[in-house]
Amino acid sequence: MSETKLACRNLWKLYGSDPSGFLRGQPGTPSIETIRVGGYIPAVRDVTLEVMTGEILVVMGLSGSGKSTLLRCLARLIEPTAGEVMFEGRDILAASEREMIDIRRHKMGMVFQHFALLPHRTVLDNVAFPLQVRGTDRQKREARAREVVELVGLKGREGYYPRELSGGQQQRVGIARSLAVGPDVWFLDEPFSALDPLIRREMQDEFLRLQQMLNKTIVFITHDFDEAIRVADRIAIMKDGVVEQLGTAEELVTHPATPYVAEFTRNVPHDRLLSVRAVMAPASSRTPETTAVRAHALLASVARQVLSSERPVDVVDDAGMLVGTLSRDSLIDALYSAEVPA
Amino acid sequence: MSATTLIASEQHQDKPSTPLTKSLIVLLPFLFLLLAASMLPDWAVQVPKNWTVPFVDWANVLVEHLRDDTVFGLFSFRDLTRGAAELITWPLAIVEGLLVAGFPAIGLPAMPWLMIMGLAGLLGWHLRDWRLALLSAGCVAYMAIFGKWELSMITLSVVLVAAPIAGLIGFGIGILAVKRPWFESLVVPLLNVLQSLPHFSYLIPIAVFIGVGHKAGAIATVIFAIPPMARLTILGLKGVAEEVREAGKMAGCTRFQTLWMVEIPSARQSLLVGVNQVIMQCLAMVVIASFVGARGLGHDLLFRLQALKIGQALENGVAIVLMAITLDQLSRAAAYKQPSHVAPDASWLQRFPFLAAAALVVLGSLLLTAITPYAQNWPSQFTLSTAPFWDALVRWVTVTLYGPLQVLRNAMLLYVLIPIRDLFQGIPWTAIAALVAAAGWALGGLRLALTVLGFVLFIAFAGYWERSLITAYMVTVAVLICVIIGLPIGIWASRSERRTGIAKLLCDTFQTFPSFIYLIPVIMLFKVGDVAAISAIIIYALIPIVRYTIFGLRNVPAEIVEAGITSGCTRRQLLWNIRMPLAFPEIMLGINQTIMFALFMVIIAAFIGTKDIGQEIFRALTFNDAGKGLVLGLCVAFMGLTADQLITAWATSRKRRLGLA
Repeated sequence: MSETKLACRNLWKLYGSDPSGFLRGQPGTPSIETIRVGGYIPAVRDVTLEVMTGEILVVMGLSGSGKSTLLRCLARLIEPTAGEVMFEGRDILAASEREMIDIRRHKMGMVFQHFALLPHRTVLDNVAFPLQVRGTDRQKREARAREVVELVGLKGREGYYPRELSGGQQQRVGIARSLAVGPDVWFLDEPFSALDPLIRREMQDEFLRLQQMLNKTIVFITHDFDEAIRVADRIAIMKDGVVEQLGTAEELVTHPATPYVAEFTRNVPHDRLLSVRAVMAPASSRTPETTAVRAHALLASVARQVLSSERPVDVVDDAGMLVGTLSRDSLIDALYSAEVPA
Repeated sequence: MSATTLIASEQHQDKPSTPLTKSLIVLLPFLFLLLAASMLPDWAVQVPKNWTVPFVDWANVLVEHLRDDTVFGLFSFRDLTRGAAELITWPLAIVEGLLVAGFPAIGLPAMPWLMIMGLAGLLGWHLRDWRLALLSAGCVAYMAIFGKWELSMITLSVVLVAAPIAGLIGFGIGILAVKRPWFESLVVPLLNVLQSLPHFSYLIPIAVFIGVGHKAGAIATVIFAIPPMARLTILGLKGVAEEVREAGKMAGCTRFQTLWMVEIPSARQSLLVGVNQVIMQCLAMVVIASFVGARGLGHDLLFRLQALKIGQALENGVAIVLMAITLDQLSRAAAYKQPSHVAPDASWLQRFPFLAAAALVVLGSLLLTAITPYAQNWPSQFTLSTAPFWDALVRWVTVTLYGPLQVLRNAMLLYVLIPIRDLFQGIPWTAIAALVAAAGWALGGLRLALTVLGFVLFIAFAGYWERSLITAYMVTVAVLICVIIGLPIGIWASRSERRTGIAKLLCDTFQTFPSFIYLIPVIMLFKVGDVAAISAIIIYALIPIVRYTIFGLRNVPAEIVEAGITSGCTRRQLLWNIRMPLAFPEIMLGINQTIMFALFMVIIAAFIGTKDIGQEIFRALTFNDAGKGLVLGLCVAFMGLTADQLITAWATSRKRRLGLA
């Protein structure tokens, strides 16, 4: 079992004249109305979550939901109003400025929505920048930067300036820069939303390829649910500063905790999201047929077989034991009806 | 975004007063006081003499105290200022030695004119293209060939020394303001006032604390050019995207690294635009600083103008204008130049072609100098003069246009200027104060009302109300004429891409001219007096209204215009129903700028004999009356700031309501 890398507990961020005083003066957890009437703008409200080592946690929500603020609180770019941010077991909100700089220089990397490249530096110098500020000597940092530039597929463009690159290429530079110091935690703030849809898809694949190699602990912000499903291990859906639900994509679709989550997940293509287990009917124990499908397979991968079969198809677990059956009708219901079987 | 506009409009509807009743409330006290003027007690019509607050005396006490009594241990304040002024003589001597004077002490001659020309050309080529190269090399050649070499190089050396110093000080102030909020809240209002002070107001304290002469002129130039740099530094650093700053932070930058390696380089372009402003302000000031004895082209120009030698004055004017255009283009090109990648296997020559070419120019010109002295100095027997041509032109103008110009001038005076002046002088001062305060209240609430009322009361009680009214009347007439001429030009120019390009080029070019230059043609046409002064103001202040009209009209969102076209608007309907209403806030900002420009010019026009506040400032300069100069300068600045505060408040709220801001 993997361990917790990054976590926050009862994290709050309010904007206003004296937010922490206001929050301390509240008897319990103030509602959103109380906060607004008090003259404060709630950005993050009482968020508690954990990110496991090597996990991709996607925080997803519409604009104004507080997802970017949450990310910035986790990276301590914004000072939270209340709560704790635990990184590798220590509360980084208690870290001094010097310690924080040190943590960022060695353990954190961040990718920005609009790339945030330095316009006066070449690709190589942009990527080498985090190494330069921590004092790595020129030869070493350039060698490392070349390595990372090659990793993101920009070999040959080292001498270019950001404005000479396309949006997708610029974001590759942003990714390379965030990876230069070999961080443990990787923050991505809507990294692909400023890109065209085709490039976006290509970059998502690129991102997954990199993650397979590097196995970072990732907090990934997006407003695009399709993107969330593609990259996430777990998804947190935010609304009005609160995490409405946190779980795997499948859990969100099959067991939405709130009407908002249900509304969100309604039009998601279920065949690439639901596994056989989620829609199968239970079966009495007997020897499974040889044509049986695996319980954790996605519906898309078994659809052809199930739909062309007259009889329900047997479902087995990883050990080969029969756990249920999947009929043509229940498959069609799962894919094409608005209501998802609970 | 849409939510905030919605809230804003709702809040607006909450207010009980509709626009109509609001403007009535603004106008009513004014109209009442104006119409009842004959029944009002005297004190309410004219500012009573014994109400005058002795600002001037206070300022003079302060100045005298600083000058004579403030002693820091071994040296006095005056020693300090003079000592600081001494510091500028060194770089000035070096640059002047390089460009024109040489170093007789060590037997080194100045740079040959051929070398300066070659280097100027290379700089132009490096910063943009061969056309800029031609312009800058041509400018240098012009100075040599037309006998303006010495004067122009002296002027240039003041600019080359003053601009970096002013730039660095302004830069430092800007950084401090961005990093320390308390400093910003202190320095920004000060910058506002400083930037609205007329040029002459800078000269008077310089004359008092440093004295008169070339050095004093250089110091005045430095001080005058600091505020725009400080302002553009603040603007530039604040304009750096928050994300870029965060990227720096996430890379583990310390505060200093964030500033030095992230923020400043990212703001490079705004900062270089600031440098451009500094250079142009320096050139404008170094011309005017000839009043306190700065040498160079401006000094010669002033001398010729005083002797009414218009032809020779024009020759100097052309040289200044040429220098202004060249310096502007070069510094602008530097601001907009973007770095490009070089091939990784490029040789030294490919990496630094211009450095190599510059070395070549230096060597080549030195070689030529060894062969012929003509390469060192342009031979005086080949010096051309355009003065005869200009003289002929002036004579022709005087002979052929004298009659019609006299008619125009007299008609202007009799039917426009004098009636408006009388009207202005008939307005009770209380009425004006009431109008300004009410407008401030309507546009920005109590705070704005008190601010602008404070400005007006200062002017009233400083004891120069009548002089200020003359200034106000001249500015009003000039601004009205500017709007009448400038608005149609702007509308015409906004019609096509090509016209916009031409108009912008003209505006850019005319704006680079030091304001003093505009007096030359005016003196030529109208000699001296109010008509001449107002004409000079109009020419100068026309630029911003044209520029802002074009900008406003062209920046109306294309979608809204297309919506108008698809609704079946004719071109006229498109202009009056869509473009104009949406561009109007921007046009008002243009009028605001026009007022500022007009105020600057009206003071300089004191040189050609006005009777307004500028004349008083001029006199204060002659008598070295620093206190009076300061108070009068503040009167002018407060006039400008009153207009500025009111118009800006209106335009911002209007833009917000239109959803444009």
